[in-house]
This record gives sequence, C-alpha cells and structure tokens, in this order.
Amino acid sequence: MNRNWTAFNITSVVFGFAFLYIPILLLIIYSFNESKLVTVWAGFSTKWYAAAFANQALVDAAWVTFQVAFISASIATVLGTMAAMALVRYTRFNGRFLFSGMIYAPLVMPEVITGLSLLLLFVAIGLDRGMLTVILAHITFSMCFVAVVVQSRLSTMDASLEEAALDLGATPTRAFFSVTLPLILPAVLAGWMLAFTLSLDDLVIAQFNSGPGATTLPMKIFSQVRLGVTPEINAVCTILVAIVTTGVVIASISMKRQEIARQRAQQLAAQA
Amino acid sequence: MPSSPPKQAGAPSGKAEAGGSKPSTAKAVANFRKSFQPWLEPDTAPFIEFRNVTKRYGAVTAVDQLSLSIFEREFFALLGPSGCGKTTLMRMLAGFEEISSGAIYLAGEDLSGVPPYRRPVNMMFQSYALFPHMSVANNIAFGLKQEGMAKGEITDRVAAMLALVKMQDFGSRKPDQLSGGQRQRVALARSLAKQPKLLLLDEPLGALDRKLREETQFELVDLQEKLGITFMIVTHDQEEAMTVADRIAVMNAGKLVQVAPPVEMYERPTNRYVADFLGDINLIAGRVKSQSKGVVTLETPAGQRLRANDDGVDLGNGNVWFATRPEKLAISRAKPAAKLNALEGEVWDIAYLGGQTTYKVRLDSGEMVKVAVLNATIDAHDPITWEERVWLSCPTEGAFALSA
Repeated sequence: MNRNWTAFNITSVVFGFAFLYIPILLLIIYSFNESKLVTVWAGFSTKWYAAAFANQALVDAAWVTFQVAFISASIATVLGTMAAMALVRYTRFNGRFLFSGMIYAPLVMPEVITGLSLLLLFVAIGLDRGMLTVILAHITFSMCFVAVVVQSRLSTMDASLEEAALDLGATPTRAFFSVTLPLILPAVLAGWMLAFTLSLDDLVIAQFNSGPGATTLPMKIFSQVRLGVTPEINAVCTILVAIVTTGVVIASISMKRQEIARQRAQQLAAQA
Repeated sequence: MPSSPPKQAGAPSGKAEAGGSKPSTAKAVANFRKSFQPWLEPDTAPFIEFRNVTKRYGAVTAVDQLSLSIFEREFFALLGPSGCGKTTLMRMLAGFEEISSGAIYLAGEDLSGVPPYRRPVNMMFQSYALFPHMSVANNIAFGLKQEGMAKGEITDRVAAMLALVKMQDFGSRKPDQLSGGQRQRVALARSLAKQPKLLLLDEPLGALDRKLREETQFELVDLQEKLGITFMIVTHDQEEAMTVADRIAVMNAGKLVQVAPPVEMYERPTNRYVADFLGDINLIAGRVKSQSKGVVTLETPAGQRLRANDDGVDLGNGNVWFATRPEKLAISRAKPAAKLNALEGEVWDIAYLGGQTTYKVRLDSGEMVKVAVLNATIDAHDPITWEERVWLSCPTEGAFALSA
C-alpha cells in the first residue's frame, strides 16, 4: 500500500519513536559525559567506559550474565525446538491441545510468579541457589519463547519433506538433522537470540533464584542504582544496548539476504 | 542407466519385452498390453497384497475392510474423488500411516511394524518434497547416501538418473531455480534413484499444466516399461488413470468399487458410480423383461423395449438402468433400422468441441441424453440444428444394464 505522508502520520511516527528511543538515547549520550553528575553535561569523554571495565564487581557480574545467557539460551533452544517438533509434527498424541496451550502460559505469566514458584521448587528439592539455579530458571522461562518461534516456522514447512527423507531411507534422527534442522535453522537461531537477550536482561527471576557468587549484571546494576546512578552504569548499559542492537541487525540482514536469494532463484526458474 | 532387476521365475514377463523402445503402432501397443494380464492367471503370486485393511481416524473410517492384489511390473492406478481413501491407502503402503486392522504384504512379507525407511518402496510426493537446501544432484543422491553407497558409485548413479529424466544440465541447481515441470522430473529421478521394487506416485502430475501433463503421462508409461518397476499411482483424473494404468481401481468412501483394466472399466462398469465417474453416461430407467443369449431386454415406464448387452452382471431386483456412452449413440433425422435401440426426441443444446460435437437431446419420455458425434462424420452443408426432431440409436452391443 502506497499512502502519502500526512501530518497525522508524521506526528504519530515521530511521537512513537521518540517515546521508545529518547530514554535510551539519553542514556547513551550521558554515558559519554565528562561530569560525574549524571544530569549535567560537561563535555565528551570515554572515561566511564574505562571505569566500568576497571570495576571488578561489574565485570564479574557481566561474565556471570553472559555464561548464564549462553548456557540457558542453548539448552532452551534444544528443548524448545523439541517441544515445537512434538507440537507441530506429532499431531495425534493425547493431550496435545492441553500441551500446546500450556506452552504459551509462561509467556503471559507474571515474572514474579515464575520466579517465586521456581524458588519454592529449588528450596523444596534442596538445591543451593547459585549460578545453576539461575540457569535452570532462565531455561524454564525462555524455552517457551523458542518453542513459539520454531513452531511458527515448522508449521509453514511442508511435512512431506521429512516424509521424503524417511522414504529415501533416512532414520528419523538423520531426517531431522539433514532435512528438518537446516530448514528451520533461521528460526532456531532467532529463538536462541531471543532466549539469550531475555536471559541477559532478566532481573526479577534472577533476583529470586540467584545465590552468592552468582550476581548477574542486571542485579548488579539495580543494586548500584539504588545507591545513585553513576555514569559508569550508563556506560555498561550502552554496551548492552550495542550488543543487542548488533544481534538484531545481523539477524535482520541475514534474513533479508535469504529473501533476496530466494527471489533471484525464482526469477531464474521463471526464465528456465 | 539403472538395469532392470532380474526377472523372477514365474513372474509375468510380458511388459519387459518392450525393452524401452516405443511400440510403433497402436496395434503393437494393444497386443503388448493384452499379453500382460497377471491378474487373470491364478498361479501368479501377487506382489502387493492388501488383506482386509482398515484405517480409522477416530470415528472416521478412511479405508474400510479393503482387499486388493497388485502384481509385479503392473502400472496400477487408484482413482477416486478427494477423501475417498486412496491417498491413505498409498500412505499405508509407504509406511506413513499405521493400519487399524488387516495387513499389507509386499513380495510375501508382512509390512506391519516396518518403518518407512526400511521399506523397499519409494514415493514421489504430490508437492515433490524436494529438499530446498540441497542441489538437484544432492537431492537425488540423498537416498543413496543413506544406503552408504560408495562416493564414485553415487556420482555415476546420479548422472544416470539425471540423464533418465533429461535433466543432465541441471545437477548443480537448487530446486527453487527450476520450473514446475523440471521439479517434477527431479522428484521422479530422486524416487527412482534407489531402484525401488515399487514406486508410489501421489498425484504426480497434479501441478503441471494440461499439455505438459499429457506428455508426461506417456513418458511415465515408457519409463515404467523400461525400468520394469511396479508403479502405483494415485489420481483423481480419470483420463490420467486410463492413459497410464494397466489396471484401475475406483474407490469411494474407503471401499473399492471396481478393479479392472481401463477398457473394461469404461466399456463395462459394474455399477452406476463407476459409470458416472469414468466419462459420460446416459441412463434410462427400465425393468428387466427377459435375459437370454447375452441380451437383456428392458422395458421403460413408457412401454418401450430396449436391448442391452448382458455379460452376467447381477441385475438385482430387475429395476435397472439402460446405460450407454454418448459416443455409442448415433443421431439421425430418419428412423433407424428396426434391430437397433431407437429413441426419439428434440435437440436441446449443441456444443462444438473442435474434434467432436455434443448434442443434448431431450427424449419424449423426458430424459436428457448426450450424444457425441465426430465432426469428420457430420454433413457440414446440412447439419442437425437446435429444436430439430431427431432419432437416437445404438446397437445392442453399445449399451449395458446397470442395477439401480
């Protein structure tokens, strides 16, 4: 649809984006502030980045966060993909309807409840709180996001592709790895990225389930902010924004490339 | 070129004699086809046997107590409307659907519990199901790699398969870079690459346009004769079934309605469903008056006597249809000879179809009857036209009786 830019449209776009991005923009700008006072601009400087990297507690928290995010995203991707396969491909098992409804429930479940219930579980089974419990908690809540992303890709994929692989003598495992997985890989990677970023910025669930020595970056930032915002925190947050943005940009560029390649292939086919 | 599997002792050999060369005349084809009738030989063991096979999805019965034998090197067509169970039947043979009860035997072995990847059966899918992330050559090689075939051998086989379907120059392309017809060929090559004993084709030509589909039908027949593999095709297109198959099974609501070679199926359908499904049929209600010397004599409600061929088909309680194909009827202004079945009426509609003209004639008894006349036989100077009074006639052999 080709609509003209009206005053109303322009206003909505400007306000919409301003609403979304001005706070982040401010944060980035002030991370380069010379002054120690967060709200007073005193010239450009990168010293707070140096300060952030020199702050061992912050670096430790960042390291914990990346470990947690990487491990939990990877496991959640495996489990979420398996759940999606079960939901989309094995359509005739008993209780499928209940199961597929239940996979969506954590998406809308208040994080406080997820965090608290996991805490109760870990206490009940006597698991000491630490990095392991944070990882388990993150797997639990990010798995369903992966499942939903992969499920939507799988359901648009022709099921006869897998049948063809079986028909040609591939065992179900080989059929999955040589046919299904390559075809749903973009969705699996997207699911992994989603799980990674969700874990990266989770505060509530980590707060409930973390223990000594397993303080994540959001927890660290939150506790420092209570003592007052420092430009150091702004610098750390800017780095986080940069990481997330890079991930999103890479993902969208690779998807665009695939789309272009597909269109080119179709043109070639039309000429053939 | 893949070699034909060695013939088994006692296996029907009629088809292999063609050796890939196209039979030059229609007569040769007819003779050749005639010689291949294993279903008439009581000693021939069936290659595929469905024994009382039933498939239920919950309360729905997709295939109902079905028994069927298919013979080695046969080109067998399953024909029926969508939802009649034909695809389910094929998928049970491939191993994608479990049987609710009954059994399927392939070369004497019970297939129950054998997973699809261990069955000596390959399938060509309706959607072609080509792997989009692999080149054409890798698609064809996929099944061979699963067998653990040596690399050099795979390369040779892939080249042979590409040559078989005339796609030599396309091995490095991706499926997305092929036209519909080319994809169909690749799918065929892939399903034949493992030299299966049985090839299943699920609406293989459904996605092609009409011209290409007709060409490909003949190519399929040639290929099947050349390779000597048993083919089983599922289709809803009656012309396709008649073109390619040695025998056709017409299915309806999970049951076989009739299993017969195309000619028999068309010339002597055993019931109204088949008669209607395969081609056009004119039906006139009547009661059996007498049956003798291969002739059934019927009487219409208006009291007219009609004679039809009697080939021993059960006519039930005597309430029957006098059935005749549009091309068996002749149309004329003059009253036909007394020995012919004659029907009088008025031309209601005329459709010119290039090769032939179809007349719709309203009989005086009220029935609408279709007559097909070859245009080459029509007098162009004085053709029969709308609202003319005409006589329709057909000999006894041109009609049959169907139980009502």
